[in-house]
Amino acid sequence: MCKGKITETITAKGLTTLDDVRAHTKASASCGSCTGLVEQLMTLTLGDRYNPAAVASMCGCTDLGHDDVRRLIKAKELKTIPAVMQELEWKTSCGCAKCRPALNYYLVCDWPDEYADDYQSRFINERVHANIQKDGTYSVVPRMWGGQTSAKELRAIADVVDRFEIPTVKVTGGQRIDMLGIRKEDLPAVWAELGKAGFVSGHAYAKGLRTVKTCVGSDWCRFGTQDSTGLGVRIEKFMWGSWTPAKVKMAVSGCPRNCAEATCKDVGVICVESGYEIHFAGAAGLDIKGTEVLGLVATEEEVLEHIVALVQMYREQGRYLERIYKWAKRIGYDEVRRQILEDADRRKAYYGRFVHSQKFAQVDPWSERVSGADKHEFRPMATISLEAAQ
Amino acid sequence: MNAITQSWVEIGVLDDIPRRGARCVRYGEMTIAVFRTADDRVFALEDRCPHQNGPLSQGIVHDGCVTCPLHNWVISLESGEAQGADEGATAAFPVKVEGNSVLLALGEGR
Ligand code: SF4
Repeated sequence: MCKGKITETITAKGLTTLDDVRAHTKASASCGSCTGLVEQLMTLTLGDRYNPAAVASMCGCTDLGHDDVRRLIKAKELKTIPAVMQELEWKTSCGCAKCRPALNYYLVCDWPDEYADDYQSRFINERVHANIQKDGTYSVVPRMWGGQTSAKELRAIADVVDRFEIPTVKVTGGQRIDMLGIRKEDLPAVWAELGKAGFVSGHAYAKGLRTVKTCVGSDWCRFGTQDSTGLGVRIEKFMWGSWTPAKVKMAVSGCPRNCAEATCKDVGVICVESGYEIHFAGAAGLDIKGTEVLGLVATEEEVLEHIVALVQMYREQGRYLERIYKWAKRIGYDEVRRQILEDADRRKAYYGRFVHSQKFAQVDPWSERVSGADKHEFRPMATISLEAAQ
Repeated sequence: MNAITQSWVEIGVLDDIPRRGARCVRYGEMTIAVFRTADDRVFALEDRCPHQNGPLSQGIVHDGCVTCPLHNWVISLESGEAQGADEGATAAFPVKVEGNSVLLALGEGR
C-alpha cells in the first residue's frame, strides 16, 4: 500500500477517522503495526480536521470509549449485554463483531459469579475452543504444564494423530504440541481421546492465559538457582482458564541466562540466588519490547501473589484486545509497581478477586463438550442429497 | 423467480439454530449456512465469504449481517453482499419458517 494511494483515498472519499481509512484502504487494518504512519498521513492530509487524541469509540454502535463503558458497567451494575446496550444507548439493535466480544469479556470479568457467558458474542475460536485455520479446519493444542510432557502423553498424541489422520503436527513457540488440519466434526472425538490421557484444553485460541514456558532449572541445569519448572507448572495450574483482555504468555527462567526468554513475555520470572525477580510488560510479536522489572521477592508464594494480582489489575482495567505491555504503558509502569509491589492491601484484594473468579472459570471446555455441551456447534443441521432437491 | 420451480426441503426446526447464530446444511459438495437473527428471522447463504472463502457460518451474527471469522468482512444475510467499503457477494437461498419447521429452497440461487 503506497502513501499516494492512501492520501488520494482520504481526499477522494472525504475520510476523517482512522476506522474509515482502514476500511477503504486496508492500511493498518490487519495487524495495526503501521497505525502510526497512517495517522501521520491523516494529519498531513487533513490538518486540524483530524484529531488523533479524541477518545476513540468502541465501534460504530456507540460514541463511548472502552474505559467509559467499563466504568459504567460497574457504576450502573449492568450485568447483561442487552442491559449495557439499552442503558448506554447503543445505536444498533444487537451490536457488532467489535463490541459484542468486548462487552462479553467485560461482563465475564466484572461479574464472574453472575454473568452467563454469551457464546454467540465470542469469536469462533473461543466458541468452539480450537483455532480456525485459513482453510476452515481447526487446530488443537492441549496443555502441557510448564512445557513438560511424558511418554504416556506423547503416545496418546501419536494415537490421536494416526486415528484422525491429522496432517500436520508442530511444536509451538509456547513449548507444546499443535495438531493442525482437524475437521470441525471430529473435534469432540479428538478431545475425548486426548481427555482419556489426562489432557485439558491449552486455550491456544483464547484471550486468556496461554502458556508458561520454563527451563529445566535447578533440577538439571548446573546454573539453576531455583526450581523454575516447578514454579512454572504451579503458576499455570493456578491461572489456567482465566479470561483476559488479550492473550497472556508467561515464562520462568532458572537463572539470568534466561533460557525460557522470560524478558519478552507479558509476565516473566527470573530466578536468582536470593529469590525471584518478577518482570512484566514485555512483547515479542508485532512489537518487540523488553520487560519492565516489578521487583524482587523471596518465595514462590510471593511470586504467585504478585503475578496473580498484576494480571487481575490488567483484567479489570485493560481494554479488550489490549496486551499487557500497551495497558501498562498507558497507565504507567510506576503506577503498576505502586499498586502491586508497594500496596500490600491492594495486592491482596486483587489476588482475592482473581481467586474468586477462578472458581467459575477453571472448567475444562473440552471435557464439557465431550459430555455433550454445544452439540449443535459440531454437527450439520441437515444433509441433503442432490436428488432430494429435484 | 424464474420458470424453474423450486423445491422446498425441510431441514429441521427453528430451535435447532441458536439465536444470533448459524447451522450448516450439506448439499452435495456445497455447504449452506442457515442463520437465525436475534428477532428470529432466518436466512441462508452459501458458507463461503466472497473475500477468501471463509466459513460465514462461524462468524458473529449482528442485526441482519454476519462478520466473517477470517478477516472481518461484514456480509448482509439478506442479499449476501459485502457491506461498507468491501465488494463482492455470496449466493443467497430462499428460506422460510412454517410453524416451527425451517424450509430451504434449492435449485437456482436467488
Ligand atoms: S536459564 Fe539458567 S537455569 Fe535455566 S536452563 Fe538456562 S542456564 Fe540453566
